[in-house]
Amino acid sequence: MENLKDNLDNGLKDSLPIATKELTLNMGPQHPATHGVLRLVLELDGETIVKCTPYIGYLHRGIEKLSEHRNYFQIIPLTDRLDYIASMSNNIGYCVAVEKLFGIEVTERSQFIRTIAAEMSRILSHLLWLGTHALDIGAMTVFLYCFREREKLLDLFERLCGARLTVSYTRVGGVKNDVTAEWLEDLYAFTGEFPMRVEQYETLIDQNRIWLRRTKGIGVISAEDAINWGLSGPTLRGSGVPYDVRKFMPYAAYDKVKWEVPTGKNGDVYDRYRVRMEEFRQSNLIIRQCIEKIPSGPIMADAPKFILPPKDKVLNDMEHLIHHFVLITKGPQTAPEGEIYVATEAPKGELGFYIVSDGTGKPYRMRIRTPSFVHISALPKFSEGSLVADIVASIGSIDIVLGECDR
Amino acid sequence: MNIGITAIKVVIVISVTMLHVAYVVYFERKVIGHMQARLGPMRVGPHGLLQPIADGIKLFFKEDIIPSGADKPIFYIAPVIGVIAVLASLAVIPLWEGFSIADLNIGVLYILALSSVGAYSVILAGWASNSKYSFLGGLRSSAQVISYEIALGLSLVGIMMLSGSANLSDIVRAQSDYPFVLIQPLAFFVFLVSMIAETNRAPFDLPEAESELVAGYFTEYSGMRFGLFFMAEYAAMFIMSAVATVCFLGGWNGPDFWVFSYVPKIAWFLIKVYALIFFYFWIRATLPRYRYDQLMGLGWKLFIPLALVNIGVTGLVKESSNPIVIKL
Repeated sequence: MENLKDNLDNGLKDSLPIATKELTLNMGPQHPATHGVLRLVLELDGETIVKCTPYIGYLHRGIEKLSEHRNYFQIIPLTDRLDYIASMSNNIGYCVAVEKLFGIEVTERSQFIRTIAAEMSRILSHLLWLGTHALDIGAMTVFLYCFREREKLLDLFERLCGARLTVSYTRVGGVKNDVTAEWLEDLYAFTGEFPMRVEQYETLIDQNRIWLRRTKGIGVISAEDAINWGLSGPTLRGSGVPYDVRKFMPYAAYDKVKWEVPTGKNGDVYDRYRVRMEEFRQSNLIIRQCIEKIPSGPIMADAPKFILPPKDKVLNDMEHLIHHFVLITKGPQTAPEGEIYVATEAPKGELGFYIVSDGTGKPYRMRIRTPSFVHISALPKFSEGSLVADIVASIGSIDIVLGECDR
Repeated sequence: MNIGITAIKVVIVISVTMLHVAYVVYFERKVIGHMQARLGPMRVGPHGLLQPIADGIKLFFKEDIIPSGADKPIFYIAPVIGVIAVLASLAVIPLWEGFSIADLNIGVLYILALSSVGAYSVILAGWASNSKYSFLGGLRSSAQVISYEIALGLSLVGIMMLSGSANLSDIVRAQSDYPFVLIQPLAFFVFLVSMIAETNRAPFDLPEAESELVAGYFTEYSGMRFGLFFMAEYAAMFIMSAVATVCFLGGWNGPDFWVFSYVPKIAWFLIKVYALIFFYFWIRATLPRYRYDQLMGLGWKLFIPLALVNIGVTGLVKESSNPIVIKL
């Protein structure tokens, strides 16, 4: 009897503290809010996130490895598939790097066209970001308003180069097509009404109390942490660091136009949102100035060793035909040996191409520093101790594209 | 004889409501579509008018998938509870003078009670699905529905004090001179917000917050079982709008002069109900979604105190003019 009572007491003692454990929730790779195929494994204590582990690689296509087996011209379409929202920026980033490696000076007109195209691409990317970010937080209408303007810009892209998303528009040494006067006029008209559209998005969410409560003080990262984690682009500028590759290492025509680098203060979701909203206006301003200042002239650089000869010469002249054939099949044979890292400001952050050349027509090794990859690595930092609903806001605010992250 | 008439009434009300549910979805898609600079359904029939029927047929023919780990009986019964709770509330809604299936003298309480029963459907569906998303959605939803039910109920207390009755028809009759919204604006505001939260609609649609929880408590449901949840949601919107119409907007009463006196009573009722349903859609197209803890904070810290203040003020005013008589 005594034994039984002891046993009962002991049993009771063992069972008294109710065992609690975290709930592991697998978010993705198919999930409406993870923007592609991001997979997060969340450990939840109620609705609070104890630990967040991102898993990447679901969209890995081996673009860097593929590049080792393509000549320098054939890599351009591959760069379209990095950040497929802003393929134009990737094209430009790659071409700027290769041109620096080859020592090609791009013509003035081409520089301006590239600047216009890059800023259009930034607006496109930010429009998609705004739409999906707002949709994640539940504001559905903003998404469709953004797509209205995206449609107009994509139509302009289509008229420019025949493609809407995977544009492959730039060439090593210039761009594929020249812009027409009508095209520039239509774009100018678009930039005239666009600031009004941005205001329209802002009337829906900017001062909305629900929006403020969902974004202010959420996903905070200090300027110091942001630099240490290697963040870049609007995500870094939201924390108040005015670092922009376009200002610090100007490429294309960014040093020939007047514009400002918008920064935030607190480094929360709201500040990153504000920075991108201001970038809409700055990009718009850059495009307008470029259209006003664009000079006339050739669009391809004068570097016959590295660029394809004009088509009419190829069809009528044997030397040019042979030259064309060699460039297409083997790549430029006079590429200098060496290695180079060139960064450009893609809509999502610093996009860097590190190219090792061994003097053949193909890169020996190419490594792409993509902003999304770096930003995802900081996601656990953003989401420590926040709620499930906040991680959705955080993912939205760092603006990742998995095509770029996995490469 | 009486049973026969009641049965006919039941058939009429339920079939009209079902048709309403089908077309209110169409109405929503059209309204929100135009608010968002697009057209909404356009393909099936003229201006997409047959879309609800196509949707219904699709739902009926879809495969009925039950997750292997699901608790089957509960999984089966959860959507049924939801629909029954909503449809049963229809019994006490007075559509026009003298027309309600059951003229209960505790109509208000009956509707509040049934909307609580509806919460079972959500929590059981979330529990039985054996999925973490459904489970979290179910937990959120039941907590939300229970908290906002308090504010909802309290906001109606002022109405009961004014009309001296909990019978919905009597409440409408008490508003023959002017609708109660004029003297109970605070209660109307609390009710309006609480009814959106109670029916789990945007901006309080956390249980089914698609960005976080995929589809919340009905993530694992498909085919007509999913359709039942859908039906319950839209029918609940109708019920809540009808209660708001009856209690605050004067029910079937309309202006009684010039050509307005020829408008049938039911039309006034429906116009008011659809105006409120339009309000639901308008809100959905405009506002972002609340976070769970913010939503609960709003309910407990703002709406419940507001409703209590309203009761106090109503009581004081009423007491100073004439003694309270509640006929139960």
